[in-house]
Amino acid sequence: MSDIANTTRQSRREWLLSDRPQSRMQARLGRFYVTWRRFTANRLAVIGLLIILGLIFVAAFADLLAPHSPTVGDLRTTRLLPPGGEFLLGTDDQGRDILSRLIYGSRLTLYVVLLVAIIAAPVGLLVGTVAGYAGGWIDAVLMRITDIFLAFPKLILALAFVAALGPGIENAVIAIAITSWPPYARIARAETLTVRNSDYIAAVQLMGASPARIVIRHIMPLCLSSLIVRVTLDMAGIILTAAGLGFLGLGAQPPLPEWGAMIASGRRFILDQWWVAAMPGLAILIVSLGFNLLGDGLRDALDPRGSGQ
Amino acid sequence: MTTLSMTPTARHSPASRLAMSIGTFLVIVATTYLGLLAVTFFIGRVIPIDPVLAIVGDRAPASTIERARQELGLNEPLYVQFYIYVSKVLHGDFGTSVLTTNPVMTDIRRVFPATMELATLGTLIGSLIGVPLGVLAAVRRGSFIDQTVRVIGLFGYSVPIFWLGMMALLVFYARLGWTAGPGRIDVVFEYTFTPITGFYIIDAIIQRQWDALRDILAHIVLPACLLGYYSLAYISRMTRSFMLNELEQEYIVAARAKGLSERRIIWGHALRNAAVPLVTVIALSYAGLLEGSVLTETVFAWPGLGQYITNSLQNADMNAVLGGTIVIGSVFIALNLFSDLLYRTLDPRTRAR
Repeated sequence: MSDIANTTRQSRREWLLSDRPQSRMQARLGRFYVTWRRFTANRLAVIGLLIILGLIFVAAFADLLAPHSPTVGDLRTTRLLPPGGEFLLGTDDQGRDILSRLIYGSRLTLYVVLLVAIIAAPVGLLVGTVAGYAGGWIDAVLMRITDIFLAFPKLILALAFVAALGPGIENAVIAIAITSWPPYARIARAETLTVRNSDYIAAVQLMGASPARIVIRHIMPLCLSSLIVRVTLDMAGIILTAAGLGFLGLGAQPPLPEWGAMIASGRRFILDQWWVAAMPGLAILIVSLGFNLLGDGLRDALDPRGSGQ
Repeated sequence: MTTLSMTPTARHSPASRLAMSIGTFLVIVATTYLGLLAVTFFIGRVIPIDPVLAIVGDRAPASTIERARQELGLNEPLYVQFYIYVSKVLHGDFGTSVLTTNPVMTDIRRVFPATMELATLGTLIGSLIGVPLGVLAAVRRGSFIDQTVRVIGLFGYSVPIFWLGMMALLVFYARLGWTAGPGRIDVVFEYTFTPITGFYIIDAIIQRQWDALRDILAHIVLPACLLGYYSLAYISRMTRSFMLNELEQEYIVAARAKGLSERRIIWGHALRNAAVPLVTVIALSYAGLLEGSVLTETVFAWPGLGQYITNSLQNADMNAVLGGTIVIGSVFIALNLFSDLLYRTLDPRTRAR
């Protein structure tokens, strides 16, 4: 019985690793399989992936997982209780369960990270590919703008933006997105330059494809893998910036359980009730560590050349 | 003529090439700086519905509002406003702070040395420990030191600096009592210690106030070590990767074949070549610490530019916020471009074309 299972698995592996794939799908699955094997060989990267999957799981099922309300606590009996017992991570000054707040806060973290990625990455991709493909003065102007933004201090600029737009989680997202697209443009341009003069682009040009079609259908997909790696590596930075804005009172507003804001509210009790500030900080640390490990692993798996870095 | 076509750059003398690169450099500086001003102008004057209200506050009398409107030139078209704004900033005029009622420039001049002192000490700690650590990690690849550098880097890139600062205060000040608490100097010294340069360590040494110096050092050690850790995480990781790159070059093999000692090869040859990009990295990490001051100074109640900006933020003092943004932005840009220029002048390979 196990012998049969073994042979089918063996042949499936051979099918995946075949160097003469019969169909496009087989080739794609095979490539994916090789990358996946390279990725899972790196134990730290798998830990990172598990952390991020855990974050997504917690955020999705926050209602089921949280033992208490994240926004309402009992001020008379459960104020500033130490960790342990009914409240696993203790309670804050409003008598709210910190664990439940962290669980609901994971939604805000995920929300910020995804929104920034969704806004900033396409902007960078568009600017970079257009500049790279068009060349000439368009390239010069776009890249000058990119370099200008690249030379700015990101945190300070995000701070000034939020100060003008008013505090709030959406404004924090906009501010972070505005300051984080330039590296993506740089990467996309570099990738574009490497494929721009290749034969297949010339073939598509000969077939009469418009520049817009070439950029969107034939160049952008090639930039995606390096862009995804960079975005994943940047996620930790985005989380830290968002937490910093929250810490300064410029991100999500109370009673939203944003992790940075939770640290700020725990500052007053740091000497006697250290857990109020310590727990959200640990949560931030674990999640950004997860993104860093995942990003490192992805970079090594997708681009074996750069793994020596 | 044939030599000319073979080496087209030979036509230019080194001096004229230098002049040309300085010319391009100045153009880059100017456009970048103009970009910074355009962004702050946009933030301060275009986003708020009524910039006058944002500057004088909503309880100001009508005459003040009208005067501010005149001063800002808000009745002019936008590009004229921008021109006025740029010329004012270039003259060091960032307007008046609502909070302190001083000109913003005066305030910044008062608080900036505190930030510089902290960031300089942090970078010093970071590079003095980070560079040797990175070199050792590259030389003994896969060893214990290499793993340590990796962990330091990962942790440094993942931990929120303000949280780490709070935890450090909790442990080293509140529980263990090893260091002094928040602030720059104890109140005891308020009347006996007079700042001259604004860099307290230097001031105390000049005036030979050893008690004050000890207190100042006890205050600065924790935030400086924290910032030092951050730049160490970055610098050691980058040093490692530069060194790995150098160690596989052929001149290293040649040096080995020549019979040079391993120590000489690593510290004298490889590190010397890695030093050029390293200078860039150290300059960038210094700029990063200046920027990170906004968060660290809040935690340590450090009376520097970062705390000035956050205080102003909480009081909706837009002039002060934008003034601080421009100053940090300018230093940031300057360091960024300076390191770029340094890289290009120090490394002969980038000079070739």
